[in-house]
Amino acid sequence: MAEIVKKATRESFGLALVEEGKTNPNIVALDSDLAESTKTGFFKDAYPDRFFECGIAEANMMSVAAGLAACGKIPFAASFAMFSTGRAFEQVRNSIGYPHLNVKVVGSHAGISVGEDGATHQCIEDIALMRAIPGMVVLNPADHYEMTAAVHAIVAYDGPCYLRLGRLAVESIYHERDDYHFELGKGITVRDGNDITVVATGLLVQEAAKAADALKSEGISVRVIDIHTIKPIDREILVRAAKETGLLITAEEHSIIGGLGEAVCSVLCEEYPTKVIRIGIQDVFGHSGPAFDLLKEFGLSAENIARTVKQALNR
Amino acid sequence: MNAEEKKRLAITACKVRIGTIIGVYNAKSGHPGGSLSAADLFTYLYFHEMQIDPKNPQMPDRDRFVLSKGHGCPALYATLAERGFFPREELENLRHIGALLQGHPDMKLTPGIDMSSGSLGQGVSAACGIALAGKMDHKAYRVYTMLGDGELEEGQVWEAAMFASHHNLDNLCAIVDYNGLQIDGKVEEVAGLSPLDQKFEAFGFDVQWIDGHDFDAMEQAFAHARSVKGKPSCIIAKTTKGKGVSYMENAVGWHGKAPNTAEYEQALTELKAALAKLEAE
Ligand SMILES: Cc1ncc(C[n+]2csc(CCOP(=O)(O)OP(=O)(O)O)c2C)c(N)n1
Repeated sequence: MAEIVKKATRESFGLALVEEGKTNPNIVALDSDLAESTKTGFFKDAYPDRFFECGIAEANMMSVAAGLAACGKIPFAASFAMFSTGRAFEQVRNSIGYPHLNVKVVGSHAGISVGEDGATHQCIEDIALMRAIPGMVVLNPADHYEMTAAVHAIVAYDGPCYLRLGRLAVESIYHERDDYHFELGKGITVRDGNDITVVATGLLVQEAAKAADALKSEGISVRVIDIHTIKPIDREILVRAAKETGLLITAEEHSIIGGLGEAVCSVLCEEYPTKVIRIGIQDVFGHSGPAFDLLKEFGLSAENIARTVKQALNR
Repeated sequence: MNAEEKKRLAITACKVRIGTIIGVYNAKSGHPGGSLSAADLFTYLYFHEMQIDPKNPQMPDRDRFVLSKGHGCPALYATLAERGFFPREELENLRHIGALLQGHPDMKLTPGIDMSSGSLGQGVSAACGIALAGKMDHKAYRVYTMLGDGELEEGQVWEAAMFASHHNLDNLCAIVDYNGLQIDGKVEEVAGLSPLDQKFEAFGFDVQWIDGHDFDAMEQAFAHARSVKGKPSCIIAKTTKGKGVSYMENAVGWHGKAPNTAEYEQALTELKAALAKLEAE
């Protein structure tokens, strides 16, 4: 059993990147005036010669990263998710995606939990945008251990990736799993169960696990699957869950359009048609407020997952 | 400007700063530094320059203002409150659930906000669109927009600049809040802008430098901008980030952080003392 770590995944990312940088001199980091927030600042302090401050110019940063990658560097280009995937979408698509360059696009403060900054900064479309680019690997790790492993995996993987980071500190889930094994594209069964499956990603994995634990005492057996790699998605684990539990709920801090929910639906429609209920932002913009209040309001909580499970099972 | 008017503006600006601090403190987040640097400019625009009516915020012929550096809205909200667009009490609700005042300007929600903004670089383009519509409709209104100096790093700003001069938008006045700081440090260290005046001139603007805390200078510069025909204007206003609160002045760390209770009280003490002094003059 490892130690319980309470850290935002952006912080875990920053630490992991410094660690990877020790042995891999090709890793470079770029930021656009948010190094302190995205935590590329740690890399900047450790390796000032391999950090490039691009200023508030995300589009330029992405194409510069493409050029660096074309010369064998492994650039991590970071901003808030809204700007790295939204503002610079077309640069990511055409400069990075189309030539399949080895750039790691990093989006911090993703989702509604950016809180008080409000709708302009609450990116609930990044997964949809990045998923749509051919060849782009899309990752949304759930805790410190998973983020650390994900950074290691995408450094080893040669190709464009999108890495989603959260703002809020989250308690680790995988400290208790000595068998924890991260593999790109492979889901992880966090709780076993056979009445229903909750497929979650990022921040919602811990909420789903909490819901499953609470429902256990009521005699409801909930399987929880962590999809850290939304693309390519683990088709096998989803189809098996559909076959074995017959009903799925997806949970994500993202729009229900284009994110994990629709990715799961696509797989099941093609392979094993099963009812899927999508928990996520229901095609609306967010607004200002404290992060935890917003998560509650938009149904991104263990309570709402538990409620949805019970409704789905008529319990 | 006569002494009476200057005193009125200075007092109002001080109240705007107080409202800004109240807002950010109660929100426990937000951007005090770039709000305080712009407080005098907001005050001048809304109390001396722009043709507006707080009773009728949608008045079709009103002058427009677009806060391209949307994060500076706490001071804009405080200005709008002082001007009577909504009650001052709303400032205490800044950034709360259900608030009239969002973390970044929302034109659908807040009276007096002419354009939603918050993603840097976009507001200035929207201001071009508003100015263009004014030309199409033969309206006399003027369009003001404020940019941060860090914001000028966005390529879109320069696309907008080319657009504005190509379309001879002499009804557009872009104000740069030139406080020298952004988030990751000094603007000149992150991405040098100099020579900024020559850049805007090369893009076809009439350019003026002013002290962004001097109302006389503003009066002259905005009057000149109104007289310029055939091209857009740019006023580069040298300001101090965090102006008016001693420990926030020129401190990069106060870009996007709320004061704690002790800091809040100190800020209010300083600003209230400044206000009392102005009122006694
Ligand atoms: C497109 C975009 N990228 C990044 C941000 C995050 N951000 C908010 S304020 C800021 C710094 C702005 O600096 P400056 O324009 O100089 O503003 P000021 O110093 O006047 O507050 C940044 C990077 C943003 N709001 N929009």
